[in-house]
Amino acid sequence: MRTGLGITLVTLLTLCGFVATPLPAAQADVVDVLGLWSGGELRDFQDVVSPWEQKTGHTMAFVSTRDLNAVLTTRLEAGDPPEVAILPNPGFMHELAEGGKLVAVDTILGMNRIKRDYTRAWLELGSYQGKLHAIFYKASSKGTIWYSPKNFKTKGYSLPKTWKEMMALSDAIVSQGGTPFVIGAESGAATGWPLTDWIEIILLNQAGPEIYDKWVDHEISWTAPAIRRAFETLGRIVHTRKYVYGGSAGVLATNFINGTYVLYTTPPGAYMNYLGGFAQGFIKKQYPNLRPGEDYAFFPFPIIEPRYAGGVTGGADVIVLTKDTPGARSFIQYLSTATAQEIWAKKGGFIASNKSVKLDAYPDAIAQQMALQLANAKIFRFDGSDLMPAKVNDSFWKATVEYVNNPAGLDKILQSVEEVATEAYEK
Amino acid sequence: MKGGVSIFKKGGLIPWLYMGSALFFLTVYLIYPILDTAYISFLGKDSKEFTGLDNYWYIFTNTDMVGALKNNLLWLVLFTSITVSLGVIIAVLTDRVRYEAAAKAMIFLPMAISFVAASVIWRFMFEFRPAGVPQIGLMNAILSYLPGFKPIAWLVNTKVNNFALIGVGIWVWTGFCTVILSAGLKGIPVEILEAARIDGASEWQLFWRIILPMMRTTILVVATTMVIIVLKVFDIVYVMTNGNLGTEVIANRMYKEMFHFREFGRASAIAVILLLAIIPVMAVNIRRFQEQEAIR
Repeated sequence: MRTGLGITLVTLLTLCGFVATPLPAAQADVVDVLGLWSGGELRDFQDVVSPWEQKTGHTMAFVSTRDLNAVLTTRLEAGDPPEVAILPNPGFMHELAEGGKLVAVDTILGMNRIKRDYTRAWLELGSYQGKLHAIFYKASSKGTIWYSPKNFKTKGYSLPKTWKEMMALSDAIVSQGGTPFVIGAESGAATGWPLTDWIEIILLNQAGPEIYDKWVDHEISWTAPAIRRAFETLGRIVHTRKYVYGGSAGVLATNFINGTYVLYTTPPGAYMNYLGGFAQGFIKKQYPNLRPGEDYAFFPFPIIEPRYAGGVTGGADVIVLTKDTPGARSFIQYLSTATAQEIWAKKGGFIASNKSVKLDAYPDAIAQQMALQLANAKIFRFDGSDLMPAKVNDSFWKATVEYVNNPAGLDKILQSVEEVATEAYEK
Repeated sequence: MKGGVSIFKKGGLIPWLYMGSALFFLTVYLIYPILDTAYISFLGKDSKEFTGLDNYWYIFTNTDMVGALKNNLLWLVLFTSITVSLGVIIAVLTDRVRYEAAAKAMIFLPMAISFVAASVIWRFMFEFRPAGVPQIGLMNAILSYLPGFKPIAWLVNTKVNNFALIGVGIWVWTGFCTVILSAGLKGIPVEILEAARIDGASEWQLFWRIILPMMRTTILVVATTMVIIVLKVFDIVYVMTNGNLGTEVIANRMYKEMFHFREFGRASAIAVILLLAIIPVMAVNIRRFQEQEAIR
């Protein structure tokens, strides 16, 4: 009796399984898109896509996941890839291109227009073996230190232009009983990335772009003096008593989104917060009444080494084609245009990678300022950890976390990243 | 030949027909994947070249992996011993009160929550705010009433983070142990207990000399089940710390190797080791279970 029931159940389940398996897209008009966006970001993206849906008759089916690498890997291995994937970093894109999982988009998009609309830096980053494999979409500057102009004014603080000035300002804040910085490094499974952003921008401004590039390509060791110095420079902040909100434990236990709120409490929990341009989105959502430019604003990362003044790092989402269908072609073609990018730019929280997008498309002064910062950067480099193999990236996240917790172990920590990197770059 | 015919005559084919579908699914969904995983574990990153025992060598020499193995051991000892002993204690104590059902339901309740949800809840419980700011995490909020209070970053402080995670596991699983052990306890004939009481045994003696020995097989089954569960522990670590700051465990490591680093060989090798570690426990578990059935 029980066996019979079991068989019935198994049969039922199998049947359901067969029924539930999506049929292969016979018509190309549903474009399956896999990405990280959800909530507000996804709504904004849907608004970007609607005009395309109306015009072409295709529709987008967006699948949102927080664990994109895992889901995409599984679907690729199972032979059931989505048409389009929106990756958070080019490192993963290069790994996929190497594995032959991506469709080159150069002929699809038409390189003449693309070369007119995008700077060379973006195109080079999106190419594999000389062919364009990706479009960079939602860019963000990572050269922004957020602060409250109102709080600075009340206390009579002026904006620091150099690292030294920033340290002097910090001492002044501490002597008046305040806390200079808040750093939120907690981000669930990706804990540590806000700290790697710190290391990257310090390295770029301290050791210069040449060393930075060598470091990204692993042509210099992780134990090199320049890398060590970048870590120690960050250590100057996280390990100085009263410099950070909650001390070093506070750095690791504070969520990066919650960290941005700390500046705007009364009395302020801290005065400065280094985090990418996307922080504006968090601030706006939590405190809709704060006025950009008056209640919150950012100043550019201070000069460490005058030779390398104005070094800015930044990131962007990467759109790749994982399956070649007419709908998918038309989709990526549309997203690469200035028209499509302007729609999101107007909503805020979005810096266009397409340089034909006009400055007045941005909704406020802060967003314009960020777009300008990216466009006019004297030295621009992509977020380094995002360019590294996943393994090295993960190990880098971990290393910064370990370093905050245990500054004395720096040599050993860097050595262990070096070991992972040596292996990962071997091939 | 003759034997074959007689089996057929006894209707020997019918059971095979019934078992056939089950066997088919077992082979396709269990045996084949196991063999394939074992095979892949001897191949390189993208399963193309044969690399011998390299992947296994990596598991036992890589610092992160060794750390994960050590943590699994810590989980094994603490999680198993505490869930089972708490289970016994609660089963015995609730047996003597009128609101037994309500009490057991309370303790069993966490089992109804998915582990991911439980982990998210506990992240709030362990929430850290610097001293001087109102604590929103329950653990630190309770501590804040103590004199000389300093908030503890539960998931960050390497002295406590592993214990914090194990605590969550215990919170989830104690209910399961309690329910099974309580059933075992009810199986002890009242006559024996009565007889012992008449002979003048104290309740303490009753517990150690009669209840515990008679629950032995149940306790063993529950303990081995807990061992199997703890060896596979993943969700709690993945959600709460992702193995940062010395909290890594092997299952989480396997997930990372597989899905983030795309190291199929290493991930498979970890899976094989996990399987090999679980098999003996599983065997004990099944044997004890059969013994227990036989007693009934």
